Parts: sequence; structure tokens; C-alpha cells
Amino acid sequence: MNRLTKLFQHKTADVLNVYFTAGFPQLNDTVPVLRALQEAGADLVEIGMPYSDPVADGETIQRSNQQALENGMTVGKLFEQLQDIRQQGITVPILLMGYLNPVVQFGVEKFCQHCQVVGIDGVILPDLPLEVYEREYRPLFAEYGLKAVFLVTPQTSAARVRQLDALADGFIYLVAAAGTTGAQTDMNADVDAYLSRTKALGLRNPTLVGFGISDAASFAAASRHTTGAIIGSAFIRLLQQTPAGERTAAIHDFVAGIRPVPA
Amino acid sequence: MTLTAPSPYRVDAAGYYGTFGGAYVPEMLYPNVEELRDNYLRIIEDPGFQREFTQLLTDYVGRPTPLFLAERLSEHIGTTIYLKREDLCHTGAHKINNTIGQILVAKRLGKRRIVAETGAGQHGVATATVCALMGLECIVYMGAVDIERQRPNVDRMRMLGAQVVPARSGSQTLKDATNEAMRHWISNPTDTHYIIGSVVGPHPYPDMVSRFQSVISAEIIRQLLHQTGRATPDFVLACVGGGSNAAGAFYHYLDEPSVRLIAAEAAGQGIDTGHSAATTALGKPGILHGASTILMQTEDGQVTEPYSISAGLDYPGIGPQHAQLFATGRAEFLSITDKAALDAAFQLSRLEGIIPALETAHALACLPLIGAKKDDVVVVCLSGRGDKDLATYTKHLEEYS
Repeated sequence: MNRLTKLFQHKTADVLNVYFTAGFPQLNDTVPVLRALQEAGADLVEIGMPYSDPVADGETIQRSNQQALENGMTVGKLFEQLQDIRQQGITVPILLMGYLNPVVQFGVEKFCQHCQVVGIDGVILPDLPLEVYEREYRPLFAEYGLKAVFLVTPQTSAARVRQLDALADGFIYLVAAAGTTGAQTDMNADVDAYLSRTKALGLRNPTLVGFGISDAASFAAASRHTTGAIIGSAFIRLLQQTPAGERTAAIHDFVAGIRPVPA
Repeated sequence: MTLTAPSPYRVDAAGYYGTFGGAYVPEMLYPNVEELRDNYLRIIEDPGFQREFTQLLTDYVGRPTPLFLAERLSEHIGTTIYLKREDLCHTGAHKINNTIGQILVAKRLGKRRIVAETGAGQHGVATATVCALMGLECIVYMGAVDIERQRPNVDRMRMLGAQVVPARSGSQTLKDATNEAMRHWISNPTDTHYIIGSVVGPHPYPDMVSRFQSVISAEIIRQLLHQTGRATPDFVLACVGGGSNAAGAFYHYLDEPSVRLIAAEAAGQGIDTGHSAATTALGKPGILHGASTILMQTEDGQVTEPYSISAGLDYPGIGPQHAQLFATGRAEFLSITDKAALDAAFQLSRLEGIIPALETAHALACLPLIGAKKDDVVVVCLSGRGDKDLATYTKHLEEYS
């Protein structure tokens, strides 16, 4: 069974999804960071495929993308790095997140095939239009066992949330507030109202909230109305600031600090 | 010359030109783009809108712009050349045709703030101008490199009350300014309208902008008929960065196969030098800034940093309609080097007393290349004036003395 599906069958609260950029800070850090996150207890890992023009992301993630590209990271290189991870004890569900153009240039079907071979469970492509997904990508994703995750924002209409929920089969990614990733979100009354409004829609998919989650308090606040939360920029900053030798321990501390009592 | 049948060169109901176009935007932008898509045709086809738009173009922009028979240049090149004088528009370029249209759309959508990107600064100035005219807040993103090389336009925008924000990512030019403007729009989704300055971006921008710029070819038809007795020239020439002046100059001729449409792209220091912005020569299909189009990119789909002496052509893509015109062969795309553009700029200045924008100089540089005969009628869209480029021209004055 798809690891993502299995995860959400067993766990319905406080799910922690951590994002990091492939090939960052160094080209070959992808698998060590992934392994450390699994050991530290992250429920789900989102690996970013770096892109030169990531418009939905803020400065922190954009810089990590630039650094990774300068390091020589590509979609093909990422698949090489991930080749044997499932044989080497990586069991955590993995999503690939990235923009459409590098995937299109790699070849969409070839991309799906590679995902299946290395054991990727789902994909987030924020600039993939829903109708294009439905027409061209959905059959391919289904054929290669990939789950699709869609974003929802406070401005997304209820009708469109339902449409996205009907097409998604991984989870719904709730963008906490208007803005790009890494913006400081105060888990204020507006965000709380948005999350509780979304909860009231009774979506069939689990929901994870992201953008602006950086510590235990924001994680707890965000998870109140959702299945869990996603941390990206705060984790990228940690990778950036920690010397290579101390990284594994720092990742353990970081995850423990976000969710002090792992379920 | 009203079109009733579907044209392969115009946007279809789904927002595509053939396989190019669409709206490839993250969900954060979807409501904004949807709002625009659902309303733009209703708004701009409304007689009240048309009246206000036309009146502002006449009384504020100074339209119609002249169609000038350039006799000395014609003699020099050996054909008959008319210049469509968009450089005589208020603010000095065709860009204001679009910003007047979009500010009226924004007002009707109840927006309070305008965000824009600019390369050479012409679109930024045109946006700052209409924001001042309408009393709307204006934020313009501009590459840090472009801010340095287009200083007079930066000062003009500030004088008009706009906030100019430097884009410091990537190559710090137009592509990065566009990314930053999109980010700003993502962060301010309800009260802000993004005035895109070219025929790029997600549907409906390419169609909306080309409709506003179509006033150029509509006037050419009337003026050419009046001056020569024929409505269709043999050639229409325009430069293409994103391609808005070309879209406007081509608009009413798209389905007139007797008119050869020539698009000039910036080859920079040469197509094979790695310092170029010649998109169709170097690019391939992909997705950039919300549209499927042709763009310069690496094998891995990373967008290539473009280069051109002219900030307005320093863009790695072209509008989706132009991608379709290129793919179908309806328009011919020529690559013009920095040097050829400079030659053409000095030539026009000396022969006709008109200093063109560096962008426009690329279109002028096509004149000797298209094989026009003496009696052929050639229209060049003189998209903007060269005052803003004086610092660059000054560096080369000695070579042309």
C-alpha cells in the first residue's frame, strides 16, 4: 500500500511533515537529511526539486533552491540519489514537491516511472492547473501509484475546495495565510477561523497546514483543526546554520522541539 | 477587417493559442486570475469602458500617434518605410496603451493598489503615471541591475509617487522583477491588481494586453489607407521581448497572410555567446510566469539568465501568442545583436531626427534583412523613444562620430 495512505490510516492528528530542498546545503546531503528526519520521528518528508523561479516560495526556500542548483542538483540526479533508499531502510512516506517546468522537461511519464522505482508516494506541483492534472496527469499518477496533493488558501472558494478535495488523493495542503513560504504567520484568529471553516467542510482527505509554522507553539495551534502541519523554511534555516558534523543531532533536536511528545 | 471565424492565432475559450498559453499558477494566485478571467471581456467590451478608454487614449496619451513616411531612411534601405510613432505617446512608449486599459479594469474590480514589474522602466513609468492619474497606490518591482542602467525612468516613477522596489534575486533583471511582483500579488490577493506589462503571464493577460495594444494596428490600417490607398502593408516589423508592441502592431493583420510579420529578438552579443535573449533561436517549449510558451532554459528545465543591451528585451521567454506565431511560421523571428541595434539607432537618429529606444532599434535593424523591394510598404512599430537609453548611447558616441 502507498505509504502516505497507510500513514493517514494510522495517524489522524499531529502529523508532522518536514520540507527540505534536494541537494542542499551540499549536493549529497539529500539522503543523510532524509535519514535523520526519519530517525528524528518526522511522519512525512517533502523533498523539494530545486527550481530557478519558485514564485510561490519565499526568500529562504528560493535561496536554498539557488544553492542546490549551483551544487548541480537536477531531477535526474535526485532520482539517482534516491535509487536504493527503500532497500536501505528508509520507510518514511516521501513526497516530491516542485514546479512544473523541470518535470515537463524531464518527461512526465518518465518522472512517474522513476518515482515508482525509487518509492516516491506523492507529488506536489503548485503550478499544475487542475484541468491539466485531470486530463493528462491523473491517469499517469494512478498508473504509477503516485498520490496528488493540492494547495488550498484562505481565498479558495468552498466550491473549489470541494473540487480539489475530490481530485486529491494524498492530502490537502492548507496554506495558512496569503503569502509565500517562510512568511511569519501569527496563528491569529483569522487563521484559526479559516482552519476551523475548512474543517467544517468535512473533507474526505486529511489536511496539513503549512506556511509560517516554525515552532512547537505554531505547530500545536495549527494542528488543532487539521491532521497536522508542514514545516519548511524554519527547517531550511536550521540546515543552513548548522555545521555538517552537528547536523544529525540538530535535526533530532529540531523535530523533538516541534512536537515534544511524539505520538 | 473584423474577424468572425476562429483564428489559430487568437486565444481560444480555454485560454490557449494552440498548445501555448493557459494559466499555470499556484493556488495562491488562482482566485485573482479567475476573477480577472471571468470579468475582463465583460468589462472591456462595455460601452462605458470603451468610451473612457478611448477618451483617455485621445486626450491623455495623445492618440492617434502619427504614421510617418521616413523618406531618407526609405531611400537608404531601398524600400518604402513608415514608422508608427508610439514613441510620441505620453510617457514615451506604447506601454501606456495597456496601463490605461488595465487601470480602468482594476478600478472596476474595486482594487486599491497596483503592483507591476518593469525592465527598461517604460512599463513602470506608464503604470506609475496611470496610478497617479487615478489616485491608486503603486508598487513597481525592477531588477537591481536595471535600476542602475535605467536611472532616469526610476526617478520618473518616484516623482510620480510610485514605490520602486529592487529585485535582487537571480540576474536582477526583468525575469526576477516579474517573480517578485508575482510574490507581492500572492501576499496581497484581495485588494491588489497586477498590471503585467507585456503579453506574457497566465490567461487572460496575454489576450487582454494584446486587445489594449491592438489600437496600434487599428490605427495603422486607417492611416495607411489614407496615405497610400491600401490598408495592408507588405511587412510589419516590431521588436519582441515579451512582445506587447509586436502583438499590438500585428493584431489586425494576424489573419491577413499577405502581410509578412517580422519579430526582432535580442541576440545580445551573439546567439552562441551565452549572452543573448533570442528566445525562439535558443529556447524550447516550457512553462514560465504562468503560461506555456517558448523559453530559454537548460536541459533540466531551469530558466536561463538572458542578456541584452536593452533592458526591455532582456527576458528569457515570449508571450504564448508569439510562441504560436513562431511555431506555425505565421511570423518570422530574426535575431539582432547589440551592435546591429546600436547601428540602427544611430542610423535613424541621423537620417530622420528620431532617437529610438534601444528595444525599437532591434526592429529597425531588421530592415536590411527582410528582402523588401522598392515599392513594398514596410511599417515599423517605433515602440518607444530613446531618451532613457542616452547613457548607453553616450558610451558609443565616439564610434559613430
